[in-house]
Amino acid sequence: MAQASTIDQGEIDKFQAMAAEWWDPNGKFKPLHMLNPCRLDYVTSQIAAEFARDLTATSPFEGLRILDIGCGGGLLAEPMARLGAHVVGADAAERNIPVAQIHAEEQGLDIDYRHTTAEAIAASGETFDVILNMEVVEHVADPMAFLKACHDLLEPGGLMTCSTINRNPKSFAMAIVGAEYVMRWLPKGTHEWSKFITPDELCEFLAKAGLDPVDRTGFVFNPLGWSWSLSDRDLSVNYVTTSIRR
Amino acid sequence: MDFDDDILIAGGGLNGITMALALASVGFRVALVDPQPPKLRKAQGFDGRSYALAISSMRVLQTLGVWDALNDVQPILQIKVTDGRAGEGTSPLMLAFDHAEIEEGPMGYMVEDRHLRPALLDAAKESSITQLDDRVTRHVADATGVTISLASGETRRARLLIGCDGRNSAIAERSGVKRIGWDYGQTAFVTAITHEKPNDGIAHQFFMPSGPLAILPLTDNRASIVWTETSDRAEAIHNMTDEGYLIELRPRFGSFLGDIDLAGDRFTYPLTLSIAQNFVADRAALVGDAAHVVHPIAGQGLNAGLKDVAALAQILIDAKRRGEDIGRSDVLQRYERWRRFDTTALAAATDTFNRLFSNDNPLLRGIRDIGLGLTNAVPGLRRRLIREAAGLTGDLPRLSQGKSL
Repeated sequence: MAQASTIDQGEIDKFQAMAAEWWDPNGKFKPLHMLNPCRLDYVTSQIAAEFARDLTATSPFEGLRILDIGCGGGLLAEPMARLGAHVVGADAAERNIPVAQIHAEEQGLDIDYRHTTAEAIAASGETFDVILNMEVVEHVADPMAFLKACHDLLEPGGLMTCSTINRNPKSFAMAIVGAEYVMRWLPKGTHEWSKFITPDELCEFLAKAGLDPVDRTGFVFNPLGWSWSLSDRDLSVNYVTTSIRR
Repeated sequence: MDFDDDILIAGGGLNGITMALALASVGFRVALVDPQPPKLRKAQGFDGRSYALAISSMRVLQTLGVWDALNDVQPILQIKVTDGRAGEGTSPLMLAFDHAEIEEGPMGYMVEDRHLRPALLDAAKESSITQLDDRVTRHVADATGVTISLASGETRRARLLIGCDGRNSAIAERSGVKRIGWDYGQTAFVTAITHEKPNDGIAHQFFMPSGPLAILPLTDNRASIVWTETSDRAEAIHNMTDEGYLIELRPRFGSFLGDIDLAGDRFTYPLTLSIAQNFVADRAALVGDAAHVVHPIAGQGLNAGLKDVAALAQILIDAKRRGEDIGRSDVLQRYERWRRFDTTALAAATDTFNRLFSNDNPLLRGIRDIGLGLTNAVPGLRRRLIREAAGLTGDLPRLSQGKSL
């Protein structure tokens, strides 16, 4: 908490309020909270399978170094730390860092949050066993350069989960018209449809970056149960991939 | 701040102990708090109380390793539902369900309290559960956990507090949870009897104008009875001598089991429906009667409680394995969403059933006789009702399916 302690109390209060907002399951980030159990189920099972970890054990991810890119308030970073991993959370938005730090400290979790980018960490030569690259690639200017940096950040044999939104008329209706305009889950302009990537395109990018795509799975919203689930077949809107560095 | 326990459970009744066993079995650090020491709770002899456990409940106990330790378990092989009036015998139309119509074996099991409670307490003793002879007097929730004050003056810190503290749940009250409900205007008398002729594992439900009479088979020519009367008559029956009580009971019973005699203590329960408007609050969850008290017409009270236990245990262990904070409101909401629907449906169904049957209106009597006859004639509907009674329908938690957590 070296960074947080150098800022004044007014700032800390402001960040605490923002942390409370990030972590309110019914607040501004409700859609992320609703999706989170599903994302965690996927991420934990992929990591457990690749690194032969038993999820029923205490601290199953002990000894794994995990990088959470676009960590926001720490919705993925905190669970990974609870499972025993050494976690670095990176976000290009500076204000997210103290917010995430304050919340992690409150929860008694030791997480290394940094205001930086994947490219900058890669340039320093630091590497990880796992990269969580969730709902980021559709927001970056140059996906190919970004994924190449991710490749460099992985140890050989390391694993990256990468999720994004498919590009088709249904995803336009669901992710932009539905989530941004009808449900007002997300601020208007959160997503640009032209930046959405189809699963085939993403796997092609990943392969070009030197990663072996080993799995693709859909996140499907069920309006009746008002919850998300994983699907082998339906990748039409939100989906996730796992790839391994050769 | 350090945590003494992951989860603290208030109330060491049947649901509370089972909840603690389920959570401890998957590695949670659990404290179970009850003012009455386990030794005292265990020492009670045969008092006539017994439970009709659905198959789903049997599976919960089996998976937790408690089932095989139980003695005198009587399988329920048939359920007979009859419309009748005292002294007149039963109407010709009768609904009979046989376990041969479903694949799972018996439709349920009769288990006596004197066996179930000690079996659960023995299992708790063998487990990692911290048992405290104490009472929760206060709890304060915050962003990471809950601080619990005990009557002894001790303070413990946990991530989550579970209230298994019954229909007048102090945990619910202190959490600001309101309840809805009403009085049925009926009172249930519960006791055990001995009878001359064998019961063949058949459970009987007679619908009398004053309320249902359930005769549930126990071993050794004994049966558990739940006799419901309108509350205006209840006090008189409650005050009767055992002989007077039997004189009142015999004509309702009929002669099919031969002569009957009392074999246990007599219990009197005024019937009320009481459902908590929320099953969860800040860092707290309610289980069993603390969440819902329904009409005992179908013997579903303990079965519903054990389903709460199975559902909550599953949600908490799944959350832990994902790395989530187990006491956070979005995790607890999953439990409420899962169990509230089931419970409300159960309350509505038993209530409607009771109102339709506890009635001497000739028109309603005609309608329900036609209903019973129709249900009997349609095999698909019959099988559905049997599976419902056996607790095999709906979105079943893993423990209720006999799968480990």
